[in-house]
Amino acid sequence: MHEISVVINGSNVKATVPDRLLLSDFLRDGQRLTGTHVGCEHGYCGSCTVLLDGASVRSCLTLAAQTDGRVIETVESLAVGDELHPIQQAFRSNHGLQCGFCTPGLLMTTLELAREKRACSRDEIRERLAGNLCRCTGYHHIVDAVQAVLRDGLRHAG
Amino acid sequence: MKPPPFRYHAPTSIEAAVEALALAGDDGVVMSGGQSLMPMLNLRLASPSDVIDLRAVPGLSEITINDQTVEVGAMVTHRTAETDPLIGAHLPLARAAAGLIGFRAIRNRGTVGGSIAHADPAAEWPAVLIALDGSVTLRSRAGVRTVGADEFFVSLFTTSKLPGEVITGVSFASRFADHWGFAEFQRRTGDFAVVAAAVACQVSDSVVTQARVVLAGVASRPFRCPGAEAVLLGGAVTPDTAASAAAAARDEVEPIGDAHGSADYRRRLVFAETRRAVSQALSLRIASLTHA
Repeated sequence: MHEISVVINGSNVKATVPDRLLLSDFLRDGQRLTGTHVGCEHGYCGSCTVLLDGASVRSCLTLAAQTDGRVIETVESLAVGDELHPIQQAFRSNHGLQCGFCTPGLLMTTLELAREKRACSRDEIRERLAGNLCRCTGYHHIVDAVQAVLRDGLRHAG
Repeated sequence: MKPPPFRYHAPTSIEAAVEALALAGDDGVVMSGGQSLMPMLNLRLASPSDVIDLRAVPGLSEITINDQTVEVGAMVTHRTAETDPLIGAHLPLARAAAGLIGFRAIRNRGTVGGSIAHADPAAEWPAVLIALDGSVTLRSRAGVRTVGADEFFVSLFTTSKLPGEVITGVSFASRFADHWGFAEFQRRTGDFAVVAAAVACQVSDSVVTQARVVLAGVASRPFRCPGAEAVLLGGAVTPDTAASAAAAARDEVEPIGDAHGSADYRRRLVFAETRRAVSQALSLRIASLTHA
């Protein structure tokens, strides 16, 4: 077991974690932050993507014990109460989701991109989203949503 | 799946890391970025007794420019290699190759040392290390030793790293910064290359004086192509040089065939990717995309 001290979505969290506990399971089972989804559990599907010190990572390829002293952002950090984050609103307005399983990972991947505050072509957006599999949408509307985010900015949030 | 049980260590000095690995014996494994090891654990392809994480070991993320070489710490991430101005200026081949590894989230955590240790035959770093006359620095209880890239990579996921040794860094020759090329074919963005070609040259008065043509994804380990290099060294550079060198590479390889491509398909890719990489290295234009 290992003692860790992390910041999760702005809150200080201290926890004792087993050696082999994945960050994804720590978030979901330990912290009840079930917005982070677990798909393939070997780094391919991207559903479990969270930000670690602001950089996107696969939470299924990260041990909870490795995150000691670091800052974690999950999909739960986005909305403020009932008010959707601009990225969530863009996905909603552009029909960027259907079943929603992959959405948390796509939102966090988009958050990392949007914070770079630069324009991207649709091809560049597709390349950035290549590590997030969606089996419903065919991606067109997801790219529309990300394009809208990059055009309109993160405004009040993010 | 979940990883099998293991003891996790995060030593705070290289001495402690070496000691932890020595105490763990043959069942210990070193973790750097974890982007190859964690999938192996989750898929239960690896079941080590002890995982020794290098994240808290100081000094392993440094990039040092020397007279003839660039030293890159084992914990330097692919993303750092993709964006660091020193690597961009002195090892542009490494920068280009690093940007093709996996996805952003993988590049944010995956490391040079981890990729070298994993020794996937289609991986970018091993090919770049061979192309840039690289070497690997290993540390164990017995001391420090340096192994040339060509001797380091043995076979599929197999290196000459001994039990108890920790990769602390790699070294690349910086003299190929002006003439380099990297080309690979991926089925989907972020996949491992089916075939990758790394080319590094030195050119003097339009004559190639040193040439490295390295292929990955073709055999059980990346390797140099002496035939293609001989073509490059054979005389003045002309518009046909890239195709001639690519044809020589195609004719000297014995590709493997697997689910990602038959041996014959790989042979055609060897031509295409070698031609692209040589063209880039020598600033040649490719006249057409047809395969010879």
